[in-house]
Amino acid sequence: MKAQDEQRKLIIIGFILLIGVIFIFRLFYLQIIDKSYILSAQNNVVRVITQYPARGLIYDRHGELMVYNEAAFDLMVIPSQVTAFDTLEFSQLIGLDKEEIKERLMKAKKYSMRKASIFEKQISKESFSFFKEKLHKFPGFYVQSRTLRYYPTRIAAHTLGYIGEASPMTIEEDPYYKSGDYIGISGLEKTYEGVLRGKKGVKRVLVDVFGREKGSFQEGKFDSTAVKGQDIYISIDAKLQAYGERLMTNKKGSIVAIEPSTGEILALVSAPAYDPNLLVGRVRSTNYQILSADSLQPLFNRALSATYPPGSTFKSINALIALQEGISTPSTTYGCQGTATVPIKCSHYHSNPLNMYRAIEISCNPYFWQTFRSIMVSRSDIHDSYTMWRRHVLSFGFGARFNSDLFNESKGFIPQPGYYDKYFGKNGWKALTIRSLSIGQGEILATPLQLANFAAIIANRGYYYKPHLLRSINDSIPDADYREKMMTTISPVHCQVVVEGMSRVMDGPEGTGRWYRVPDIAICGKTGTAENPHGKDHSIFVSFAPKDNPKIAVAVVVENSGFGATWAAPIATLMIEKYINGEVKRLNVEENMVTSNLIDSR
Amino acid sequence: MVGLYVALVLIGWINIYAAVYNEEHRSIFDISQNYGRQLVWIVTSVVLALFILAVDAKFYNAFSFILYLLMLVLLVAVLFLGKEISGAKAWFQLGSFSIQPSEFAKVTTALALARYMGTMDINLKSFRTQLNTILIIGIPVVLILLENDTGTALMFAGFVIVLFREGISNKIMLTGLFIIVLSVLSLVLDHLLLIGILAVSAIMAIFIRRHGRSLKKILIILGLLVLATGYVFAVDLAFDNLLEEHQQNRVKVLLGIEDDPRGIGYNVNQSKIAIGSGGFFGKGFLQGTQTKFDFVPAQSTDFIFCTVGEEWGFLGSTIVVGLYVLLIVRIILKAERQRTTFSRIYGYGVASILFTHFAINIGMTIGVAPVIGIPLPFLSYGGSSLWAFTIMLFIFIKLDIKRLELI
Repeated sequence: MKAQDEQRKLIIIGFILLIGVIFIFRLFYLQIIDKSYILSAQNNVVRVITQYPARGLIYDRHGELMVYNEAAFDLMVIPSQVTAFDTLEFSQLIGLDKEEIKERLMKAKKYSMRKASIFEKQISKESFSFFKEKLHKFPGFYVQSRTLRYYPTRIAAHTLGYIGEASPMTIEEDPYYKSGDYIGISGLEKTYEGVLRGKKGVKRVLVDVFGREKGSFQEGKFDSTAVKGQDIYISIDAKLQAYGERLMTNKKGSIVAIEPSTGEILALVSAPAYDPNLLVGRVRSTNYQILSADSLQPLFNRALSATYPPGSTFKSINALIALQEGISTPSTTYGCQGTATVPIKCSHYHSNPLNMYRAIEISCNPYFWQTFRSIMVSRSDIHDSYTMWRRHVLSFGFGARFNSDLFNESKGFIPQPGYYDKYFGKNGWKALTIRSLSIGQGEILATPLQLANFAAIIANRGYYYKPHLLRSINDSIPDADYREKMMTTISPVHCQVVVEGMSRVMDGPEGTGRWYRVPDIAICGKTGTAENPHGKDHSIFVSFAPKDNPKIAVAVVVENSGFGATWAAPIATLMIEKYINGEVKRLNVEENMVTSNLIDSR
Repeated sequence: MVGLYVALVLIGWINIYAAVYNEEHRSIFDISQNYGRQLVWIVTSVVLALFILAVDAKFYNAFSFILYLLMLVLLVAVLFLGKEISGAKAWFQLGSFSIQPSEFAKVTTALALARYMGTMDINLKSFRTQLNTILIIGIPVVLILLENDTGTALMFAGFVIVLFREGISNKIMLTGLFIIVLSVLSLVLDHLLLIGILAVSAIMAIFIRRHGRSLKKILIILGLLVLATGYVFAVDLAFDNLLEEHQQNRVKVLLGIEDDPRGIGYNVNQSKIAIGSGGFFGKGFLQGTQTKFDFVPAQSTDFIFCTVGEEWGFLGSTIVVGLYVLLIVRIILKAERQRTTFSRIYGYGVASILFTHFAINIGMTIGVAPVIGIPLPFLSYGGSSLWAFTIMLFIFIKLDIKRLELI
């Protein structure tokens, strides 16, 4: 062997060994020193999949199902798996034209070839079952299920509320929510979000490069199962609620019915209402826009959020304060000169003079002006008198929220003395200045809920339970807060006077509600006609029944419709009749209420 | 050598099983899967090996040109009758199996080269010999390039090692090396800077070699400078126009000109992740997540080394690298003890081809060589390559057994 050959042999062998050593060093670096590749490997293969729990159901007080979940189906597409398909058949199945199909496919492709994107949101159950049989003809398409809320009774839309995708702000505040998660946005869905939503589960699966699942990660050691949301039973009586909504057909206003002995809300009607199913699924955003553009504001929950001057229904409060403060007795009499009375005339013609019972029965304005004036001059300084008066009023729950489980309550308005100071100067006002308060007009505002609670207080002879909607969560009764007796400043004996007066409203010969007696039920009521700057007076009625051992307290407001006796009283008495008797015998009254259209005739 | 061969083939089979393994097809003998089919290839390879050992050793020398010509015919035929797989028209379809003639062309080229250079006292310095040698290697290369199977064609560059051993002059080797370095630099560096560097080195060369300075030599150096400058631009032109885009991209990723782990650098990046996640002992047999779930492309064929790296770790990969180095060095040492030039050159041919595949294939999986679609000898799934490498190796084993009889 030549020396050169020997040398070259060694060079070649050396070169081979060198490459081998370089490889080993490189492998040492990759596998031992550089740890970043181990982390990359984990991200590559473990995918966290969220398991969505079924949302809790909502039942009414008698166990009637009001909200449940129904599966909906999103049609998904993975563009890379799509092969040529019969677009004609596809377009018939899905109900989209060819151009639209092409466009959506392009959009999906732009997002990702290999990842699934939604092709058509929430196809109906019917079209899904139809589609399922044909799906094999369209590779790359598949259907993903998703739950939607359904409202079989189609009532109580405002109370139940709706769910929607969590907003970016919510997601930022609460790490529980991820983009695309559903969250309660209004009503009970929002109030009881934490109870209804359940707990999301997590599943870790190994995926390959195409995102195909290949089994669970470490035998599911790190997985957690989704916990179903809890069912809730609410105090609403679905039948009464439905009846109330029927009575309010083509009217603006609201009905609130409360069980006085518990504070449980039996019905919470806001009219005009809408079918809660409109705000579900793919139609939600369209319908939401239509509803929110409606000048009648169907989305606005008048029962809780609208405020009205309480009108004559407020006279009873002035009576109670005067009694409690020892300013008046039930037999205190004042004179009334009818329409000629100063400063507030009386709209009724009645015998004269009259005591407190008759004043309530007839709703005599001058009587209550006199009562109010006596209250306001009972202290040497109007401020002291007014503050005393206001303290009594606030104890009825006016001017503040109840802060129970109701969504979007308004506070109403009972002005502080400073409010009048600002308008009239510190010494610039007296009883006469604020005389409107005597008959529930002027600055004061109350929500229908507060009016119903007021009726419940009279029914209870001086106390109330916070009006609320929850009865139980999964059979356990929560929140002792709702069982705490809220005492007013008024003694039961004085309340009894107003009860008698309100009884005579229905049963007395001159009672303002006498036309709507219910033969076998002792109803106590008080009419109200709230003057307001928005047109015709609001018709208001507060009532409870039976007089002894009351079962229901109802407040009704019918906007811009006229006297309290004309619309609110019949509606309230129908509600009472329906609730207590289970059926309504005064069919002509019912018919008249249901068919009257107070919106278009305006 | 037979032991090393068996070891590598079995390692290959086990890792193909691991790479393709899924719950539905647990049996390693399942013929519907790559590992089941690889077993078929392995068994047939053993039969082939036995057959080769049974054939008279003189046959290979005698029939080398005929085999070479037959192979050229096949390479031409595949251009017209072949089936196109991933862009390369390099396969004959035979039922459910396909055969890739270019793999076998390496064997016949090695034989023909050995035969030609081993016949007489060939003088590698003569132009005629050089031309014939280049033709023997070049014709199959051109045909394979026409098939659009660039990777396989590139492997023929390995024969440079044979030529080097057989006495090709240092000048040619150095020139070749210079051209390669210049090519890489002209892609990486700014052209003006590179030309500047060249010019400075040329001037320095002129001044350093003071004593032998003559006008002729200065002119030669200046002429080389002009050539080199032209070459720098030519490389760019060729790079942009002759190479396919994906080939350009692979080179760019390797040279660090472009970095895009999700796009063109995806293969290499995923491969590095798979190997890198193996650690020292690896994740264990069938425990690899990266390769099993198809993150690494072509994981049972070209990227089979990823599975080794991921499941058997640094330990396993080092053993595999060691086995290759051992096998190649052993072949060289045995080649040197051959009594006929034919056997020696053929031995070097085998070692060169194996080495080139080994270096490029493992190099690309760990990101030190460009991604070239070639198999890892004996390990990668594929009938053609396993058969071809088996034939190649066992011809040499036969020659080695009979070395005392062959003169």
